[in-house]
Amino acid sequence: MLNQLRPAIVVFVVLAAITGLAYPLAMTGIGGAIFPAQAAGSLIEKDGKVIGSSLMGQEFKGDTYFHGRPSATTGTDPQDATKTVPQPYNAVNSMGSNLGPTSKAPSDRIEEDAEKLKAENPSMPVPVELVTTSASGLDPHISPEAALFQLPRVAKARGLPEDRVRALVSANTEGRLLGLLGEPRVNVLALNLALDAAK
Amino acid sequence: MTLIGWIQIALFCAVILVLTKPLGGYMTRVFNGERTLLSPVLRPVEAGIYWLSGVDAKREQHWLSYTVGMLLLQVVGLVFLYSLLRLQDVLPLNPQGQSAVASDLAFNTAVSFVTNTNWQNYGGESTLSYFSQMLGLTVQNFLSAATGIALAVALIRGFARSSMRTLGNFWVDLTRVTLYVLLPIAVVFTLLLIWQGMPQTLGAYVDASTLEGAKQSIAVGPVASQVAIKMLGTNGGGFFNANAAHPFENPTALSNFVQMLSIFTIGAALTNVFGRMVGNPRQGWAILAVMGVLFVAGVAITYWAEASGTTTLQALGLSGGNMEGKETRFGIVASALFAVITTAASCGAVNAMHDSFTALGGMIPLINMQLGEIIVGGVGAGLYGMLVFVVLAIFVAGLMVGRTPEYVGKKIEAREVKMAMLAILVLPLMYLGWTAVAVVLPSAVASMANAGPHGFSEVLYAFTSATGNNGSAFGGLTGNTFFYNLTLALSMLVGRFFMIVPAMAMAGSLVEKKSIAASSGTLPTTGGLFVGLVIGVILIIGGLTFFPALALGPIVEHLAMISGNLF
Repeated sequence: MLNQLRPAIVVFVVLAAITGLAYPLAMTGIGGAIFPAQAAGSLIEKDGKVIGSSLMGQEFKGDTYFHGRPSATTGTDPQDATKTVPQPYNAVNSMGSNLGPTSKAPSDRIEEDAEKLKAENPSMPVPVELVTTSASGLDPHISPEAALFQLPRVAKARGLPEDRVRALVSANTEGRLLGLLGEPRVNVLALNLALDAAK
Repeated sequence: MTLIGWIQIALFCAVILVLTKPLGGYMTRVFNGERTLLSPVLRPVEAGIYWLSGVDAKREQHWLSYTVGMLLLQVVGLVFLYSLLRLQDVLPLNPQGQSAVASDLAFNTAVSFVTNTNWQNYGGESTLSYFSQMLGLTVQNFLSAATGIALAVALIRGFARSSMRTLGNFWVDLTRVTLYVLLPIAVVFTLLLIWQGMPQTLGAYVDASTLEGAKQSIAVGPVASQVAIKMLGTNGGGFFNANAAHPFENPTALSNFVQMLSIFTIGAALTNVFGRMVGNPRQGWAILAVMGVLFVAGVAITYWAEASGTTTLQALGLSGGNMEGKETRFGIVASALFAVITTAASCGAVNAMHDSFTALGGMIPLINMQLGEIIVGGVGAGLYGMLVFVVLAIFVAGLMVGRTPEYVGKKIEAREVKMAMLAILVLPLMYLGWTAVAVVLPSAVASMANAGPHGFSEVLYAFTSATGNNGSAFGGLTGNTFFYNLTLALSMLVGRFFMIVPAMAMAGSLVEKKSIAASSGTLPTTGGLFVGLVIGVILIIGGLTFFPALALGPIVEHLAMISGNLF
């Protein structure tokens, strides 16, 4: 048994150096050289300041912006460090609600949100992902239907013709890859940036 | 359910089938020590490792010393990872200044990664330094996967060789799998993931000011290199807390599809390695067929359940399925498919929160794990788990016709059946036993996030996942407590090694037997009858073991949901 102690230690050390240092560091170097934007986190800058990442959802509350999905992420209470409070789109603490199908809490929340959305736009059915929290709490996308649902509100708040906003929504809609994989979606941050640019 | 959804599922199965044969062929060459395309580059590295460690690559090992070598490596890995986590505050590459990991959480995490479970009681971006992610977790992602594959190959040799005493050399198998199989695929895979938008940087978290003027700190890191091997090695431990649901850990539909493929590829190819090594590739396809039938059945149920949604959503007239805890870019079908794949294999990465699945949609992942993760399964672990069930099925068939059972030319006798039973019985002992303890301990009950039967399911899922070395979770359960850190770690250790040691003992006994030619009395093990028999044995043994527990959790929850009861 002792004669295997040396291989156990040496093989471990060498393979750890290869897989735990050489491999990730080489990948960091090569990845950063070939795909610098992606490797850094697909960051978006505006006037020299980072305003977010094109892959990361962020919170939108105002009427002039399209809203993303409800987010269940939490963070430390700024008033009291021992407490955890809801902090939607907290990108250093990803999580879902983890509430199940027979749990009362999400059921009440969904009913309440659906009522509010119905009042906002009675002409369309409420899209399901506008009342359900995403898995990561950082979902950057909504479905095209969820964007169209919010369109009258945004157009009115901005004083833009609905057709103009509709054109922006379709310009920012991504289809399925090769018509097969994934779901059609709209990147909320990209759409809102396009809105700001359209002023 | 939609046509395009079914096409995505069919496409996934087709690509796996196409990859099985060529990768199986390549891996067989690697295990046989033959020359491969990569030999000119890797052969000197390999030789250097043997020289440094004093391993004689030509000297093969008896099953016992093969197993002892494997166990020693686990001890070294465990001590190293535990120390690293405890000391991360004084080690380099810690731009966020993460503090040392608490002792019980460090123990749980170390066991979790050494056993290829990757249960996450830690939240990656809020707990671990880049150094711990790289030199700690990434290393174990490679080595625990390589260990599983090496063991599976040793068991295959047990079936394939006739009247021998040795099963190969553990250090050689381990090194070759790591260098020739895992590392090259991981390099290509990492670059693909970075291209798709996965960060790979050592820089600190980025502070952004959002369009509405709020502050958003964005966690980044060397994500892609860790995720590539996390999927390929069926490890599943996320760089981020939300795992493959996090937009950085799974940015696009393409990254998602390739991640799903990478979970199954090596496991499926190992069935082909088995067929080739025992001299009849059809033996491998028969095993893959057993896995395939169980897999497709699971996908169909989960997809249907999630697409149907919950009664709350239905009552409000919200169509589009149960999107709670799912990401828009994946939708219902890719989330349901991923959930079944990750639990059929012992991966445990998630791209949707299983805790928020419907009762029946969440029951399939639970069943997949309770069957022992033999539907393709963890790399290596899935194959030796499945062969254990095959031995049992052959034994049952032998009893029915009154002949000594044989499988691929080896007589299956008392010792093999005893070892198979030991491996099969240990799993339910852990997950049912600890669940029973947890639900009567008030402090353990307090960890549940959901009331009613769903809370019970959370606990059952946790111990099932730990014992099965899966690592996915009904994430609402607060697992980072002293009780769960310790009991889950124990379940992981028992689930891993009380499966491995009996399987290796079986290999040791099989390799000494003489291979006998098939006669007219031999049950053919390449046809539909055999496939049906194995599926039957798996479902009967599995069903008898865990049906009562499922009745208390998902089944009663489903009945409560359709009658409108909320908790």
